[in-house]
Amino acid sequence: MGKKVLILPCSGIGKAFGSINRDATFRVVDELRPGKAETNCLSLLVMGDEDAKRQVQTSRCIAVDGCSLECSKKLIESVGGKVTTHYRVMDFLRKHRDLKPGSITFLDENGKKLSQLLAEEIAEKVDELEEEAE
Amino acid sequence: MNIRPKVGVVSCSGECCSLGTLSRIATRLVLENLRADDTVTICLPLFLAGSSEERWFAKMFPTVAVDGCHRLCAKKAITKYSAPTAASVDVESLLEKWGVEAPANRRDLDASGVRLAERVAQAVAEKVDEHRRKATRLPS
Repeated sequence: MGKKVLILPCSGIGKAFGSINRDATFRVVDELRPGKAETNCLSLLVMGDEDAKRQVQTSRCIAVDGCSLECSKKLIESVGGKVTTHYRVMDFLRKHRDLKPGSITFLDENGKKLSQLLAEEIAEKVDELEEEAE
Repeated sequence: MNIRPKVGVVSCSGECCSLGTLSRIATRLVLENLRADDTVTICLPLFLAGSSEERWFAKMFPTVAVDGCHRLCAKKAITKYSAPTAASVDVESLLEKWGVEAPANRRDLDASGVRLAERVAQAVAEKVDEHRRKATRLPS
């Protein structure tokens, strides 16, 4: 098995989108694809941590943003990382209009379902990236 | 006229461990429940990505950084790009002081994890109160 796929959510705190991308990332890293994917602190990366920067620069990165501001994607690119795949929860919600999330702090049922669906899609992408690398 | 501006409560992103989840949930609890009328938040990733509005806010208004671990990314970022924080909370230090382990699951806090987040939120609210008591009297 090669280097793990790095998944970096924006974890935006002002909207449910940020809670969903964070939750979905943890589902992939800790439950769906443990050993194949990992995550790290976006803020640590930007504050100049050399290990975090090196990890981003040498990994296949999946950016998971909440909104159109695309902070995760921008921050990965700002330290020389390459975004292999990019997700935006707001786009994902357009495909699942019946799952409008209503809570930020603790995800409600819709938020949890959306997170699960997003996590499954990201997990499939991790598998694709693994196959391509082999 | 005595103006007491709202305080910006800023959580680190803290994806690497459950301490970040605690700091995030505690921050939300302060914003939504404990000090809803006295606080706002700024989005740290947006701040880090260079948003001039977020950086202006943190320069002009008092902030309380809520960091999950001793690395203090939120506090350092605000200090570096805007101004020194009015106060900060290091969740890892709080847990050490209380003799409590961090939650095992970073995605979904169980009942004891939620109680711990509520306790951290109370500590953050106290920092907000401390600052507001000392708030500068500004001319009308």
